[in-house]
Amino acid sequence: MDPIIILQAGVASGTVLLFATIGEIFAERSGVLNLGVEGMMLMGAMSAFSVTVATGNGWLGLLVAMLMAGLLAILHGIVTIHFQADQVVSGLALTFLGTGLSLVFGEGLSKAGTITLLPRFTVPLLSAIPVVGPIFFTDQSVMVYVGFAMLPLVWFYINRTRPGLHLRAIGENPTAADAMGLNVYQLRYFYVFLGGMLAGLAGGTISLAISPGWFSELTTSGQGWIAVGLVIFAQWDPWRAAFGSYAFGALRRAILDIQGPTTLFGFNNPFYYNPYYGFFMQMLPYAFTIIVLIIGSRQALRQRLGAPAALGLPYVRGERGH
Amino acid sequence: MATTAQAKSGLPFTIKIEPRLDVPRWLSPAVSLGAIIVALILGAVILKLVGGDPIAAYVHIGKAAFGDIGVFSDTLVKATPLIMVGLACSLAFRMKLWNIGAEGQFYIGALGASAVILSGLVPETAPRPVAITVMLIAGVAGGALWGFIPGWLKARLNVNEIITTLMLNYIAVALVNYFVFGVWSEGGFQLSKTFQKAAWLPRLADYAKQIPAFRGLTTHAGLIIAIIAAFIIWYILYRSRWGYEIRLIGDNPRAAQYAGIDIVKNTVLVMMTSGALAGLAGMSEIAGVVHRLQTSISPGYGFTGIIIAWLAKLNPLVVIVVAILFGGLILAGREIQPAGVPRLIQGIILFMLIASDVLLRYRVRVVRAGEI
Repeated sequence: MDPIIILQAGVASGTVLLFATIGEIFAERSGVLNLGVEGMMLMGAMSAFSVTVATGNGWLGLLVAMLMAGLLAILHGIVTIHFQADQVVSGLALTFLGTGLSLVFGEGLSKAGTITLLPRFTVPLLSAIPVVGPIFFTDQSVMVYVGFAMLPLVWFYINRTRPGLHLRAIGENPTAADAMGLNVYQLRYFYVFLGGMLAGLAGGTISLAISPGWFSELTTSGQGWIAVGLVIFAQWDPWRAAFGSYAFGALRRAILDIQGPTTLFGFNNPFYYNPYYGFFMQMLPYAFTIIVLIIGSRQALRQRLGAPAALGLPYVRGERGH
Repeated sequence: MATTAQAKSGLPFTIKIEPRLDVPRWLSPAVSLGAIIVALILGAVILKLVGGDPIAAYVHIGKAAFGDIGVFSDTLVKATPLIMVGLACSLAFRMKLWNIGAEGQFYIGALGASAVILSGLVPETAPRPVAITVMLIAGVAGGALWGFIPGWLKARLNVNEIITTLMLNYIAVALVNYFVFGVWSEGGFQLSKTFQKAAWLPRLADYAKQIPAFRGLTTHAGLIIAIIAAFIIWYILYRSRWGYEIRLIGDNPRAAQYAGIDIVKNTVLVMMTSGALAGLAGMSEIAGVVHRLQTSISPGYGFTGIIIAWLAKLNPLVVIVVAILFGGLILAGREIQPAGVPRLIQGIILFMLIASDVLLRYRVRVVRAGEI
């Protein structure tokens, strides 16, 4: 029950949620809700692991994972952007499809074992900072650092650059954006694809770095859905997404750790090796997601605080704007 | 999509896409059928890619699901919970309430129905009608409770029901596991003791003495409950004032609000009714098939319900037919390797289905150069 270790592990497993959440933020900012995150993550985890097992190259595995999940996302794009299908149903279909595909192609893959194929390292100097150093910069997977580097870039891109302005425009008011000369369809495709690639990266990060291996559906165990929930909590803001992701990662680790010691704060630990409490422990991440959503929704003066106004609405060129 | 998209090349014809003003009655089923056929072909291609024999697989599905009266009876057994979860999803989706939690509501329905038997609330000596009725009420109440939570959160706090219903699925499974392992475990196994016979829904085989043709047929009375439920839901949706309100909210929430329809109340009520139907499915599965509480009582019935609802265009009576087809797919799919194949085919079907909807909204015309 060392809090430093819990937070350190939380940052590691929270990185998975961070990638998926950032990806979904991009898609939703452009106006397309993609509920297929869980399916895309599974596809990413499966592709990354199988390619890495076959070639021995984890980077190649990650690349393929991003492409495969991105391709799935494109499918969602075609159906919702061009065919104006309901985004909710299409996203659900994507999760079915991604899960099915990854189970079919991942058949027998779990026998390949659990080799860690991405490097871990400690950042010199930064790791010497008290508290922060051991939590964020000591013996972390390279993917964790990729997450750190991505965060300010994503924030800057969305809020301070011209393409970021365009991204927000097509999600807030596609008709006006179109009148400004932006190609709404093309941009939405791009961001849906980008969101898919990041979900694939999240999946690959699980199977290659955070909990290496392929365990069929248990590989993601609903984290794709938790990420979709975190987007609402984060109010479509990358920094809040990072906070939520790391906190969730730490919670997952704390739930595991609390069952370890025989005494807790000087008392007998009621959770110690009690398998029945274990089932309630399993519920906690999902219960917390609901709580986080309630908090997120309560502050959600949604129009003012973030939800892109055109989220979930198909854009039909030439028709009167929404 | 542009209302008039034209091929830019110098082809001797252009393709015009125009909005349809009226949809012929035959078109919708024809497009759905076409979508399913395309989906099955795509599924075959993928099966081939992973080294399977798609034709053999499909022939096997057909034979193993509809080949003779015995397997068809088993198909109906699988279809029974599917009808009920299909109804659950259809009702909620009609109001654009995305209840993705039929799976969890199914589990809690099963838990409730088992609890009244295993806790001894219904004595061993209770006659069958009493036992079944109490189980039914408990199952429906369990499902309704599991629908109430996301419904209330949505109505009062505007919490996204897609995520809450999904999270409640995971919680429901863990809760059932706790009871199976921790409270009612039979000698440490992953199952409770078997219910007394009075708590079993009657099967066709029970009447084999009077009607010999029923020998070995496992179809149980849950099917009748499911069909009655389908007719009730159809009546509610299309013949009652409440159904009109539900449909109006689904089609145009703003107009519904102006018309003075209580959206908050309906959100909670529809979610509870939807949950109750899924809970009924759990009760029927427990009382009709499994006869005890155990882990993994559902091979994803709740999720298949989503596809069934969509394929049936949210029409409760069509749900019955679609559920029987999917019952066959699930029954036969159990033996197909890799295990992900049925899920994969379901995913492709759903995708093709929603993509094909565009054909209902637009007509595609090939116009030769010179014509207008």
